[in-house]
Amino acid sequence: MAEIHVDVRGETCPVPLVEMRKAVRKAQPGDTIEIIGNNAASKKEIPMAADALSLTIISIEEHDGIWTIKIKK
Amino acid sequence: MADKTTIIVQSGDMDKLYSALIVSNGSLAMGMDVSLYFTFWGLLRLKKGGLEKGPLSKMHFLGLGKKMMLGRMKKNNVASLERLMSDFKELGGRIIACEMTMDIMGLKREDLIEDIIDDYGAVGTYIQEARHSAITLFI
Repeated sequence: MAEIHVDVRGETCPVPLVEMRKAVRKAQPGDTIEIIGNNAASKKEIPMAADALSLTIISIEEHDGIWTIKIKK
Repeated sequence: MADKTTIIVQSGDMDKLYSALIVSNGSLAMGMDVSLYFTFWGLLRLKKGGLEKGPLSKMHFLGLGKKMMLGRMKKNNVASLERLMSDFKELGGRIIACEMTMDIMGLKREDLIEDIIDDYGAVGTYIQEARHSAITLFI
């Protein structure tokens, strides 16, 4: 099971969502995708998208305005 | 209702094309299919080299307003239309060009960015796309 890292720090709407989607498309079932960013809206919306795509959200963390979201395909 | 977004892109204004592509890329990112139907002024943005050429819908001021807006967008790290369009295609978005507009404007297929256009059609093509769409917009 691979772990895929997506860094969207500094990126704004809609790039974090789009980069998450690209990574999910490339991932195999069972792979973990870790997205790191600082756009506030995306922290709410990436889990929404994960839900819409029937993916599992493993964790959502935030330190000093930088959030990390882990999802599983 | 199928999970699909269909947008008529009638405006050729830069800011409105941003709206269309951002809604589209958001839809694709959230697992929906998307078709963009480019007609009238919107079709001009599909001319070779035309994507970024649109004026600002308000406060264009002979290009000065647009320049200022692009400066502010760059400062806020907003993606370019080229980038949004490339993401749109990579995520499987479909582009339909209006044939009647092509006739009116005297545009041939070779005048357009053919490699991003999936289909050429008229109103029937749009209706077929839109009738099963949960989201339809006219921009």
